Amino acid sequence: MTPSLDTVSVILVYSAIAVYSLAFIAFTMDLARRAGEVRTVASASVRASAPAAAAINGSTATAVLDREQIEAGDATASRGRLVWLRIGLSLTIIGFVVHLVATVLRGLAAERVPWANMYEFSLTATLIITAVFLGVQLREDLRFLGTFIVGLVVVLLGLSTVGFYVSVVPLPPSLQSIWLIIHVFVASLGTAFLGLGFALSVMQLLQHRREALPAESRFSRMKAMASLPGAEKLENLAYRLIIVGFVFWTFTLIAGAIWAEAAWGRYWGWDVKEVWTFVIWTIFAGYIHARSTRGWRGVPSAWLAIVGFSAVLFNYTIVNLFFNGLHSYSGLTE
Amino acid sequence: MEGVLRPSDHIDSKPVAGGGVNEPKLGVVGYLRFFWRQLTSMRTALVLLLLLAVAAVPGSLVPQRSADPNGVAQYFLSNPDLAPILDTIQLFDVYTSAWFSAIYLLLFVSLVGCIIPRIRHHWQAMRARPPRTPKRLERLEGHVRSERAEGTVAEAVDTAEKTLKRAGYRTERYGDSVSAERGYLRETGNLVFHSALVGVLVTVGVGGGFGYQGQKIIVEGQTFVNTLLAFDSFSPGRFFDQDSLDPYSLTLDQLDVVYEEENLDALGQPTDFTAHMQLLDQDGTASEGEIKVNHPLRVHGNDVFLLGNGYAPVITVRDGEGNIAFSEAVPFLPQDANLTSLGVVKVPDALPEQLGLVGFAYPTQGYLDTGAMTSVYPDDIRPVVSFNVFTGDLGVDDGIPRSVYELDTSEMTMVAGRGADNDPVILELGQTQDLPDGLGSVTFESMPRFVSVDVHHDPSQLWVLVFAILVLLGLLSSLFIPRRRVWIRVTAGADGGTTIDYAGLARGEDPGLSAAVAALAKQHADRL
Repeated sequence: MTPSLDTVSVILVYSAIAVYSLAFIAFTMDLARRAGEVRTVASASVRASAPAAAAINGSTATAVLDREQIEAGDATASRGRLVWLRIGLSLTIIGFVVHLVATVLRGLAAERVPWANMYEFSLTATLIITAVFLGVQLREDLRFLGTFIVGLVVVLLGLSTVGFYVSVVPLPPSLQSIWLIIHVFVASLGTAFLGLGFALSVMQLLQHRREALPAESRFSRMKAMASLPGAEKLENLAYRLIIVGFVFWTFTLIAGAIWAEAAWGRYWGWDVKEVWTFVIWTIFAGYIHARSTRGWRGVPSAWLAIVGFSAVLFNYTIVNLFFNGLHSYSGLTE
Repeated sequence: MEGVLRPSDHIDSKPVAGGGVNEPKLGVVGYLRFFWRQLTSMRTALVLLLLLAVAAVPGSLVPQRSADPNGVAQYFLSNPDLAPILDTIQLFDVYTSAWFSAIYLLLFVSLVGCIIPRIRHHWQAMRARPPRTPKRLERLEGHVRSERAEGTVAEAVDTAEKTLKRAGYRTERYGDSVSAERGYLRETGNLVFHSALVGVLVTVGVGGGFGYQGQKIIVEGQTFVNTLLAFDSFSPGRFFDQDSLDPYSLTLDQLDVVYEEENLDALGQPTDFTAHMQLLDQDGTASEGEIKVNHPLRVHGNDVFLLGNGYAPVITVRDGEGNIAFSEAVPFLPQDANLTSLGVVKVPDALPEQLGLVGFAYPTQGYLDTGAMTSVYPDDIRPVVSFNVFTGDLGVDDGIPRSVYELDTSEMTMVAGRGADNDPVILELGQTQDLPDGLGSVTFESMPRFVSVDVHHDPSQLWVLVFAILVLLGLLSSLFIPRRRVWIRVTAGADGGTTIDYAGLARGEDPGLSAAVAALAKQHADRL
């Protein structure tokens, strides 16, 4: 029985990838439509607000202008765009359910939590990223991040299924610990929140560039951004997600130290994975400080969030695969 | 008055007036003040924090002496030109290097310089009254106005105060208005977070000095006594006192290993190691204990960890005169997953000449495609040992310490082995083989396992954990508890009713302020 459960799981993973890919296309269609719509409302808006923007070059003026513009955009938002957004989200939910079943089956096949090697960890981490993305929608409409998040999930899930797949093997003694469940799960949760924050920070930088454009060209360039929230709003959203991710990351670090003490006899030993976890923690601590330091809020802090999440991805891929250390649990033979 | 004291470049602080040009000349004290202010500014702290992140990276690219001494040795061999250069800038000891230490020490000085005035200030702020109600509430965030036809001003103010108190606000009445503030725990959490980080650093730095760690190989049936000389290697902390070692003894009864036998993808993969130990206290009390991976044995303030295992074949060597010159369990170092293990037997007492044996132990002997022997399974199903035999001077009598895992054959002659006149000695369990030239014989008596244990003592680690938990709790309250002020003002309406204004002021990040003010307004209306 055991192998067949895993086989079903793998088939479901491929199905989930397919559904996510369709969701990705739908979200991308939405972005494309957004760009198209701006043109239709552009002429009216420019007439209305261009003099104001030309006169005052402050951020308040920009924010006001944006709000008008978004309202204008929403009011005329074609039914077509909303449909694409809904299709994207619905497909993501379907993909998530398939993905969830695949992950649970893998766990049942292995008779343990499905996050003990690189393949399983990718499976669970991408599941959690999607779950957090869907969960956040209940509080805040962040569907415009769909292209980005679902795209990331497709890439990570696809790469790991093709490249990192290993058959079910028993847990080595070093991983037989309650901390495997806690430490790795919370690390994935943290990664999900930091990833959403990353996506928002990228959007924030793009929006910031668009807002810095002269008013006239704002409707001919970077049009897809016009119907998205303003840079400041994006920054606030990013911050709120990243602080949650940071708390999870802090917990991961502490839980990891407790586990390391039980397994290796020391709670901290500057193993490569520990080094990178520390580096990431420090970068995001820097991000939080930057946000409350004059001259660092805005663009510089957004860059820190981007560098920080890049370090997370680096830690997860390159460090796992190419650095020798105690955390060599990819399950792949070298 | 300000609720929170921040460095002058904090986003919530007022910009400091005056540029550099018009400032008066600074004296020595002035310069010191200037540097201190620079060091404790947000910007400096931030730059130091980011520097720390960057400075930690090289330690993951270059092997570190603390974590991987063999890797460092290997690095010196493969990069003979580069390694000494890297060594001069302490790249093999990044985390104890002068530059890394300089960054984190400056960061912590900056941090302490920042939090001490803030602690003093927060202490006062916690006991201060909420500030006077601003004149124009309608200009503040989340302003709500409600008109009521009935009720008196005094009644509305009383209820307002009760509503705010119930919502956890500290209140103060100013005329017909209530001023309220909450979320002092935000700043408390922030200070706890930063102080606990200092706590972690100090406990690691000072407390770690009282600890020690030692490694010991124990063969099944053998006993280890917790004394300095008994360890194979030992690294004491800075303030270690030899008398602090508690001389209990540990005997390894048996090491049980469970191998995967069903799953063909993982055949022979060990799934459990259990070392059964006998513990004998100094006062003669005996007890039993177990060590597993992830489950150290915690005895007498020590943690005993299971870090490695292998086989220690018992080899008996009789010399040319028929005397037993050697009969011991010899730990062999595992070379692969199937525990093909490498070992050395030194027989200094053999006559007429000293004997040295270098060879392999195969727990389950098989053959490679090349015809060479190898182990094909890690359990001891068909144990075999093979040796090359040397005679001559072992070099152990000159007082220079030698590794027990290496044989210096420069003063010796190979009498049996590949390339010698005689074939290597190959023994199955229980077999004896005569050595050539009447040098004696070798017997493979038995194949016990050994464990390598790490004995740790670190009195500071519990405190590090306590501070780490404080870090987390401080972080939670400093990030998620909103600090806010709320005012409720009641004015008498022209036609006998009341007009009530509600408004709030965020003290730091507070995305939920407007909603909170609206909720308070509704609660207040419900209670009226």
